[in-house]
Amino acid sequence: MANMNQTDRPPIYLDYSATTPVDIRVAKKMIPYLTEHYGNPASRSHPYGWTAEKAVENAREEVAKLVNADPREIVWTSGATESNNLAIKGAANFYASTKGKHIITIATEHKAVIDAVRELERQGFTATYLEPEPDGLVDLAKFKAAIQPDTVLASVMLVNNEIGVIQDIEAIGNICREAGVIFHVDAAQATGKVKIDLASLPVDLMSFSAHKTYGPKGIGALYVCRKPRIRIEAQMHGGGHERGMRSGTLATHQIVGMGEAFRIAREEMASENERIRMLRDRLLAGLKDIEETYVNGDLSHRIPHNLNISFNYVEGESLIMAVKGIAVSSGSACTSASLEPSYVLRALGRSDELAHSSIRFSIGRFTTVADVDYTVELMKSKIDKLRELSPLWEMFKDGIDISKVQWAAH
Amino acid sequence: MSSVYFDHNSTTALKTEVLEAMLPFMASQHGNATSRHSFGRTARAAVEHAREQVANAVGAYANQIVFTGSGTESNNFAVRGICSNLDKGQILTSAIEHPCVSRPALAIQTSVMQAKSIHVDSNCNINLAHLQKLLLTPTSLVSAMLVNNETGVIQDITKVAEIAREHKAYVHTDAVQALGKIPVDFFALGVHAMTVSSHKIGGPLGAGALVLDKRIDIQPLLYGGGQEKGLRSGTENVAAIVGFGAACDLATKNLSAFDVHTANLRDHLEIGLAKLNAVIFGYNGFRIANTSFFAFKNVEGETLVTALDKAGFAVASGSACSSDSTEPSHVLLAMGVPEDLARGAVRVSFGLSNTVQEVEHFLLALKQQLTRLRNLTAVAA
Repeated sequence: MANMNQTDRPPIYLDYSATTPVDIRVAKKMIPYLTEHYGNPASRSHPYGWTAEKAVENAREEVAKLVNADPREIVWTSGATESNNLAIKGAANFYASTKGKHIITIATEHKAVIDAVRELERQGFTATYLEPEPDGLVDLAKFKAAIQPDTVLASVMLVNNEIGVIQDIEAIGNICREAGVIFHVDAAQATGKVKIDLASLPVDLMSFSAHKTYGPKGIGALYVCRKPRIRIEAQMHGGGHERGMRSGTLATHQIVGMGEAFRIAREEMASENERIRMLRDRLLAGLKDIEETYVNGDLSHRIPHNLNISFNYVEGESLIMAVKGIAVSSGSACTSASLEPSYVLRALGRSDELAHSSIRFSIGRFTTVADVDYTVELMKSKIDKLRELSPLWEMFKDGIDISKVQWAAH
Repeated sequence: MSSVYFDHNSTTALKTEVLEAMLPFMASQHGNATSRHSFGRTARAAVEHAREQVANAVGAYANQIVFTGSGTESNNFAVRGICSNLDKGQILTSAIEHPCVSRPALAIQTSVMQAKSIHVDSNCNINLAHLQKLLLTPTSLVSAMLVNNETGVIQDITKVAEIAREHKAYVHTDAVQALGKIPVDFFALGVHAMTVSSHKIGGPLGAGALVLDKRIDIQPLLYGGGQEKGLRSGTENVAAIVGFGAACDLATKNLSAFDVHTANLRDHLEIGLAKLNAVIFGYNGFRIANTSFFAFKNVEGETLVTALDKAGFAVASGSACSSDSTEPSHVLLAMGVPEDLARGAVRVSFGLSNTVQEVEHFLLALKQQLTRLRNLTAVAA
């Protein structure tokens, strides 16, 4: 049995959806651009600048290749948050006067999408936050019904960050194309996990992040479709970099890192996904026999990397504190500073209690069978312990329906 | 390939100590600073340490530092963020600002919030009388840079801020080219917001900050996870932020050495330039030590820069950000330099790694190239 003594080694990292380590091959490619090739890629007058510019363009090709796009359709940003803000605010503002001021998005989107739409609402746009089905997937008929004559933009994520479900982007995109609605997809959690073919997908704008795919933090990209040509209003003005869509000196080493990370993803995705699926299934098999556990989100339309489970009658925060031997998340990392129950799980119709008792395990490139086995044993023993201390668990075991209990104030 | 780098104002090499500070955060310490587990807490602690380092370098409190992705982002954030919460009052930017200050001002201007330009004199100093005059109209924001990136001329921002505050306007300064070259003190300057950038001081590309008087109401540029107390969403670029912090420490430590060393190089250069009859822009202004911006009559700047590159010297013909365009420098035009002379402009900007010997070799190469180019022109004519 695995050693449960948690103090003398670093925890096992099972939070790859929050961020991934930089692959050593990526780091090796980046470092020369931090040291000897430090030119500003916008410097046109000397080779320091040209070397940097060439590296930036090679990386652009690698990013384009992973998603089968034209390199000219890739705009660098500081990350998926900026890509989402640029796509949503940029397209909505550009097309508001011709198409209208209504936006559709999904209640389970990342905050960068939700809050960008909220900001547009403050500027006079209206928005529909469509509830997904209890399995986390968007109902196509309901999506279609949400479209209004003045709908300018729809934003739907490809892979959900908390529950890992994959939306039917192709079908949703076709509905948007028919209705003349600009379609944005947040693919931050999808690259290297799901095959993306932008040459055939009816998608107008797509956001990417490097640090979710073994690249560095602080760099992302936005795909801006050329056929049909999509226009966006720049959100950052200055030197006119990135064909005017996004100004700011390009961080060459980070771009190089993103290019290399996406190259590795393209080459290794198929075999890596198989291995990770095996690990996830092993984790699920180990945990599913624990009483009163609920997998959140559909299991078939889901990336193999993610497992999100609610352990009823165990409080999520206490559980996280109890399992210090593993690094997991009880909600999206971006909102984990708050103690609110996950809004994603709430949108699936989960009760506050179940939402609070959820753990997201996200498996990645460096996870091993031993890591998974250790995790299963650790979870089992800690959940047992926590439930032993829980009066609610005792009541449940005595056959009392807790939802029907009338609590008295005293 | 040029072997001598005289373009430090465009970007400067990463310092070894900075790289060492960053490496752990590119490898084993890879956590997301918002995560609650130990990986995340290590990342958070590193970000907060860097925040202290940046604050110390600019004379501000740590809680006044908002990390961004670049100087460009900080400038856009300041201009758009401050003005979009006000419904009226003109936006004043000096005529010599970097486009990432002047263009956002133009982009957000409305009929009740017009963007206007503050004049400068022939020495590249802001015309305070013109500022006073403009301020007779209600103003939401005045943005003026502390050091101009092309001429290196230092503005009296304390005075600008004093005047602007008398007229109830907010003040922003772009201090990207000032940090590491002159002492920068947020409180002494009296501004409400100040932009700084990592890669101009030997830190990595990909990190910048807006130093902010948090009493003012500013709207974020990026919405999302609510990082930086809601002012700048997006996963923190931990490695770059750590590098920025380390670079700030070094910049403070090396401040006087940088000043003495590059002033010596600049003076050597300019004695030589005078002998070659160069026109030196902003020469009578109060300048940072490392920058010299000059032109020769009837010699095109782009051509000279290319020739110098072939001779082994990397210099700039204007700010790198606008090197895509062939327009003459807007800074020089604002100073009243004739357009044909402005087209001749070449910028040399030194770093600590440059030597007097390099400058002497440069002057020799410059003399040769000037002779060659003038002969070519003479033949053509």
